[in-house]
Amino acid sequence: MSAPARATATPLPPLPGHGGTGEPVLQVRDLVKHFPVMSRGVVRRRVGEVHAVCGVSFDLFENETLGLVGESGSGKTTTARTILGLESATSGQVRYRGTELTALSRRRMRPLRRELQIVFQDPYASLDPRITVHEIVAEPLRIHGRYGDGGGKEVRELLRLVGLNPEHGNRYAHEFSGGQRQRIGIARALALRPRVVVLDEPVSALDVSIQAGVLNLLMDLQNELGLSFLFVAHDLSVMRHVAGRVAVMYLGRLVEIAPARRLFAAPAHPYTQALVSAIPLPDPRKERARKRILVQGDVPSPVRPPSGCRFRTRCPKFANQLTESERTACVEEVPALVDRGGGNPVACHYAENVELL
Amino acid sequence: MTVIGKGEESGAVLEVEDLSVEFPTEDGIVRAVRGVGYRLDRGDSLGIVGESGSGKSVTALAVMGLLPATARVRGSVRFEGTELLGLSDARLSDLRGSGIAMIFQDPMTSLNPVYSVGYQIAETLRRHNPGLKSRQARERAVDLLGTVGIPSPERRVDSYPHELSGGMRQRVVIAIAMANDPDVIIADEPTTALDVTVQAQILDALETARAETGAALVLITHDLGVVAGHCDRVGVMYAGRMVETGSVEDIFYTPRMPYTLGLLGSLPRLDREEERLTPITGSPPSLLNLPPGCPFAPRCPMRRDVCDNTEPALRKAGHELHLSACHFADELAGTGAAEVFDAIGADSEALARFADTTAPTNAEEDTV
Repeated sequence: MSAPARATATPLPPLPGHGGTGEPVLQVRDLVKHFPVMSRGVVRRRVGEVHAVCGVSFDLFENETLGLVGESGSGKTTTARTILGLESATSGQVRYRGTELTALSRRRMRPLRRELQIVFQDPYASLDPRITVHEIVAEPLRIHGRYGDGGGKEVRELLRLVGLNPEHGNRYAHEFSGGQRQRIGIARALALRPRVVVLDEPVSALDVSIQAGVLNLLMDLQNELGLSFLFVAHDLSVMRHVAGRVAVMYLGRLVEIAPARRLFAAPAHPYTQALVSAIPLPDPRKERARKRILVQGDVPSPVRPPSGCRFRTRCPKFANQLTESERTACVEEVPALVDRGGGNPVACHYAENVELL
Repeated sequence: MTVIGKGEESGAVLEVEDLSVEFPTEDGIVRAVRGVGYRLDRGDSLGIVGESGSGKSVTALAVMGLLPATARVRGSVRFEGTELLGLSDARLSDLRGSGIAMIFQDPMTSLNPVYSVGYQIAETLRRHNPGLKSRQARERAVDLLGTVGIPSPERRVDSYPHELSGGMRQRVVIAIAMANDPDVIIADEPTTALDVTVQAQILDALETARAETGAALVLITHDLGVVAGHCDRVGVMYAGRMVETGSVEDIFYTPRMPYTLGLLGSLPRLDREEERLTPITGSPPSLLNLPPGCPFAPRCPMRRDVCDNTEPALRKAGHELHLSACHFADELAGTGAAEVFDAIGADSEALARFADTTAPTNAEEDTV
């Protein structure tokens, strides 16, 4: 704080046991985001807080896809938006190549925005309907003062890169299908040659046959351009396909993080187990032979999250396997995200790898 | 109602034949459903899959007689031998709920926000049993809520829809659907709006409802995984038609229509590691002024001249009950998606050029 002109440029040590190799590009430590809940009426007072993100820590490495999965309300999108500074963090650290982002002013953040880009979920809402597709993709170049002479050519090249006909640059977003619009969003995100791209549910609005093309495109882009992806999604099958490592969120907390192959083969957290076992497999024989781990009820309100382990109110292990004395830990103590002998960090006092597939 | 016995003999509860639905619009006629047929035996479960706009929901609404009056519906829908098309609304109302029940995608809009859920269940019960006392109806409503897995149903029976979560609301909808012991339940994307752990609960509740009522099920979904686990037979729809029908095993293990093959190849799988997905290029055709020929031809890697001129009929492929609407269905025997479709991703030349040109400036200049 004493030298605000000079941002700290020291990378933090990587988190132990989280996996991932190479150089960390994005480091998130104890990220917290609370939203105020206001009372109704003329005098609106703060009556509570939505605990959207609570102490999330992870590293994103060079040329890696880290998947962030969770159901609605788990805080995965808020995490992604807070990292990019689209929401201000309540507390915690976000470092991009050693530079602390949460402390940066808007002006100082601006040059870094080139390197950290986002593709939004809804390809219908995230593209300006009043300007041509060429202008949509050119906009970030103009804002950062690099449209210049070669800008038009650059935009056409970007459109070609994402599989669109560059001749269609003078059309408007509504003239394109959902899959094509999402490609436009990807071209816009790539225009400034970012190093990190946050993909917020990039394919969830698309039909499967269209979704596959966008996934292939993203994977090619990453391989060739060495990008790092933070891939936010609720679809575990998509995650399995694209992500190297997967972090699972539940009610604002990370509950498990592991290499994708490992996470899906033998998840250790009861919530991850329930998620994996709930995904229907498009294979009749396997699907019929499977045993489901059903969880009870719905996700509790993030305004008053349960004490201790937030999953305990729905946890099948808590309900069926633990003794009364074992349950005390779940109720009283927040389980830390640490390796509990299974090989990957898991936030459950009684974690146990279970083979599901 | 005298012909009901006929249906009993043949074992079919619901027979749909050559159903077509057209919507006149300002731009022309939208042919949403074009000659769909299926037969549902007692206790059967049929999955209807297809992407948005393939006509799967419109087919269901036509069966239920719920389409707007402007829709032109032709063909035949027989429930236990009784023709439903052209039946008066009063007669249809007698059947809806007790003969055929429907579960819609969005439980917020299919429940009435100003009545308690107990009232809404009782309403369905008393519509078909006018003699039922309100006390009995309420007791039965509590029973039903318990059956579909709502905790403390005697308390929840007085809740209003907005007080319940999405999953709970969908359970209420299932309770209403099973209230009058229907012979057929049509579920239109019953879990699409829900999270995956809640989806598993709802599918479980739906299985319970089927077991309790013995109803046959038509499950409309875009999720092939849901179909694999809950259906015996599958119909794949594309551009308003059935393009392939067969047992789940036929469809998932030996598909004979390029579209089905493409769908399966596009699907990322949890249970295996695939190198590359094989997307289907292009997008589904507009159902306004559909050109002649196979509607899938513009996206089909196997397209030949005949495909542009003649729309293939749904005919035998493999065995008696496995039908495919492709001129070249036989060639697909024993092939996988990877052999037919290309694993298209980024344009490799453009990608190489883009990777070669260095980023316009480096970041460090600006950070200080």
